[in-house]
Amino acid sequence: MLEVKDLTARYGRAQILNGVSLKVGENEVVALLGRNGAGKTTTMKCIMGLVDQKTGEITYDGQSLMRKAPHMICRAGIGYVPEERRIFPDLTVLENLEVGRRPRREGAPEWQLEHLFELFPNLAERQGNLGKQLSGGEQQMLTIARTLMGNPKVVLLDEPSEGIAPVIVEQMARVIKELKAEGLSVLLSEQNLHFARAVSDRACIIEKGTLRYEGGFDDLDAHPEISQKYLAV
Amino acid sequence: MGFYVAQLLTGLANASSLFLIACGLSIIFGVTRIVNFAHGSFYMVGAYLAYTIVTTLDGGIFGFWFGVVVAAVIVGLLGLLVEVTILRRIYHAPELFQLVATFGVVLIIQDAALAIWGAEDLLGPRAPGLDRAVRIMGEPIPEYDLALILIGPLVLAGIWLVFHRTRWGVLVRAATQDREMVGALGVNQAWLFSAAFVLGAALAGLGGALQIPREAVSLQMDLSVIGDAFVVVVIGGMGSVAGAFVAAVLISVLNAFAILIFPQISIVLPFIVMAIVLIVRPYGLFGKEGSEHGAPSEPEQPLRLLSSRATIVVMALVFALAASPAVVSDFTTILLVDVMVATLFAVSLHFMMGLGGMVSFGHAAYFGVGAYAAAMAVKFAGLPMIPAMLIGPLGAAAAALFFGWFCVRLSGVYLAMLTLAAAQILWGVTFQWQDFTGGDDGILGVWPAKWASSDRVYFYIAFVLCVGGIWFLRRVAHSPFGYGLRGIRDSDVRAEAIGMDVKFHQWMGFALAGGFAGLAGVVFAFSKGSVFPDVLGIGQSVDGLIMVLLGGIHALAGPIFGAGVFVLIEDWVSRLDYWRFIFGAIILVVVLLAPDGVAGGVDRLLRAVGLRREERA
Ligand SMILES: Nc1ncnc2c1ncn2[C@@H]1O[C@H](COP(=O)(O)OP(=O)(O)OP(=O)(O)O)[C@@H](O)[C@H]1O
Ligand SMILES: [Mg+2]
Repeated sequence: MLEVKDLTARYGRAQILNGVSLKVGENEVVALLGRNGAGKTTTMKCIMGLVDQKTGEITYDGQSLMRKAPHMICRAGIGYVPEERRIFPDLTVLENLEVGRRPRREGAPEWQLEHLFELFPNLAERQGNLGKQLSGGEQQMLTIARTLMGNPKVVLLDEPSEGIAPVIVEQMARVIKELKAEGLSVLLSEQNLHFARAVSDRACIIEKGTLRYEGGFDDLDAHPEISQKYLAV
Repeated sequence: MGFYVAQLLTGLANASSLFLIACGLSIIFGVTRIVNFAHGSFYMVGAYLAYTIVTTLDGGIFGFWFGVVVAAVIVGLLGLLVEVTILRRIYHAPELFQLVATFGVVLIIQDAALAIWGAEDLLGPRAPGLDRAVRIMGEPIPEYDLALILIGPLVLAGIWLVFHRTRWGVLVRAATQDREMVGALGVNQAWLFSAAFVLGAALAGLGGALQIPREAVSLQMDLSVIGDAFVVVVIGGMGSVAGAFVAAVLISVLNAFAILIFPQISIVLPFIVMAIVLIVRPYGLFGKEGSEHGAPSEPEQPLRLLSSRATIVVMALVFALAASPAVVSDFTTILLVDVMVATLFAVSLHFMMGLGGMVSFGHAAYFGVGAYAAAMAVKFAGLPMIPAMLIGPLGAAAAALFFGWFCVRLSGVYLAMLTLAAAQILWGVTFQWQDFTGGDDGILGVWPAKWASSDRVYFYIAFVLCVGGIWFLRRVAHSPFGYGLRGIRDSDVRAEAIGMDVKFHQWMGFALAGGFAGLAGVVFAFSKGSVFPDVLGIGQSVDGLIMVLLGGIHALAGPIFGAGVFVLIEDWVSRLDYWRFIFGAIILVVVLLAPDGVAGGVDRLLRAVGLRREERA
């Protein structure tokens, strides 16, 4: 349903992506793997309309996203969870969620506050706190919950396991499985192969802006040299 | 005791007025990151509209307050018009464009107001029902002041409720913190920005409308209020409404008491407070470093050395200029001196902005200090022309060293605001210090030495100084020092990492730019034979910005084009009626149609017709 074809992107004069192609199917979790600086975040930003200088094709349910503004892409059903946990520091948890709220959409699960608080019990306790008062893990949960408030069909999750405690990483894994169970599709950017394997259906590996591998985890395990070469294991 | 209470109440009433203007400016900046020079114009239009409606209706208490509210609403709609037709197109442009574009709006509104309401000051009606004074501790206090003291906090409370109790308000606050993220969460930024702009404009209109019982409505209201409004916003922290309130109270109350000791201080006091606050708290009292996400990204363009062909063209132009007094009239010779002065001024500003990445809203300060230092050396020390010409740039460089030391500690809009504050302080001192600077009357009789008094000889003196100065700045741009400045502009972190003393480098760049602006000021002073405080004013600073913008910020040759075009347009247009309107329109056309400046526009035109090959990265 989400398809990226021959995507190139640059910031100023620096070419970052050199023709990346990938697909995320209905109710599928796809891991986008790669080292620091490989271009994972840039790929997601391109999909989200946050990078202007790009070529290639990005389609979602058959319609092109290449020239759409970020808010139109979001309204089309794509939710974005950025890597630096860009919560609004001076808004309360509830207000942060309010910013993300969108009317329910055909064919996507609807997320009510109660449901989200079940999924993220810590947030329920901290509803009135300001975003900046939360711990790193709680902020990560808040970014995800905020995006779910938009009732997306596809979620772009940028390195949710980065820099948070192991317990919370486990919780993240549960959350991703729950998203899949609810019928969502997920594009998950990761450096942590174990985490990605635990939650994803397929893997794509990029290196220096080029796609190096696409396929299942079984094949990846059968050829350890691939992950050795392109991932920091 | 009663006297001091009365003074305090006057201060608080002024604080309310100031808050109304400043809070709108702060909201607009917080959401859109636009420094809106036209905010003073909205304030002025609010006052004019309220005057017209209230006097036409003549409907007592109801008529007065109805008129005030309707005026605010109409100004809000005017804001919508400006936002949708102009600003919406330049949200991603660098600050310079936005500033200059809003200044174009200032010029247009000024002439529109002149056409509609005439040049006479209009004395507004008193507020019916509030037109007397009550005695508080024996002192008469105008009832209307008391009403204002109430209105300020009421508006603050109203804004607080909207921002905290409505979805729209939550979105506005979120956008103030990270507007790109708000867009990625499905909020149409265009409408959010429009709405914030309308609210801000309407608040400015309200501020103006409420002012009619207190002061005459005049065409000077716009620029006279904008300086103070900026100061309040910066002190409070850009984007913080509560901060604007605290800052307005702080400044107005301080002012109410300070004038008892130094009657002249009111012009400079706000700027001094702002400078102190910014040094202690670089983002203002309640401000935070804005999120850099979605900040305008300037496409990096390397500065290129001129190609050999272009060098020939420039050399030919310089020779033609050198030979021109032989062929053109004296009048044109004088005009060409103006062009050279403007060009050196613009090149020095471009050196700071284009190369150093330090946007200055107050570069006129150093132009003016140069001019005044030379004029005073002639007038009071009786120095001959040549030594006076030396003192000018040195004085300007010294002033730039002093203010630059503070400015380079900040960056972005805050740096720009501090440069503005520096310029306003210098302007205020010059304006007030009658005995020393001649105040408003300026310094007259600053003529060149006898041997240099003919237009032609003076032309060559100006030629040597200006062309020499431009040549020198260009050399510096391509020296290791210039590369260093550019490196800092592109990434101060990286520059720091390779062991550069970033602040010191910027400080020296600031001082150098100031010194050469001073040189331009010196040449200017002797060519006119007089100096007035205007040379340090906002208008002169904005002229410089317009020249740099006209030329295109990325080309080293840009300011040369820009200054030439600017002086020629100004010379032509200023003879017409409503020249401000025409000039403002020209500015807007350039900003909207040729965002890379005249030089860039010509460049693209040449490419389009195939005279120039496309270059690929
Ligand atoms: N705004 C920008 N301007 C210039 N270069 C950028 C910008 N953002 C990212 N880059 C560069 O683009 C390259 C790819 O960055 P990207 O953030 O996409 O990598 P990533 O795979 O997400 O890495 P990480 O695992 O560290 O998040 C990097 O070399 C980075 O330095
Ligand atoms: Mg990344």
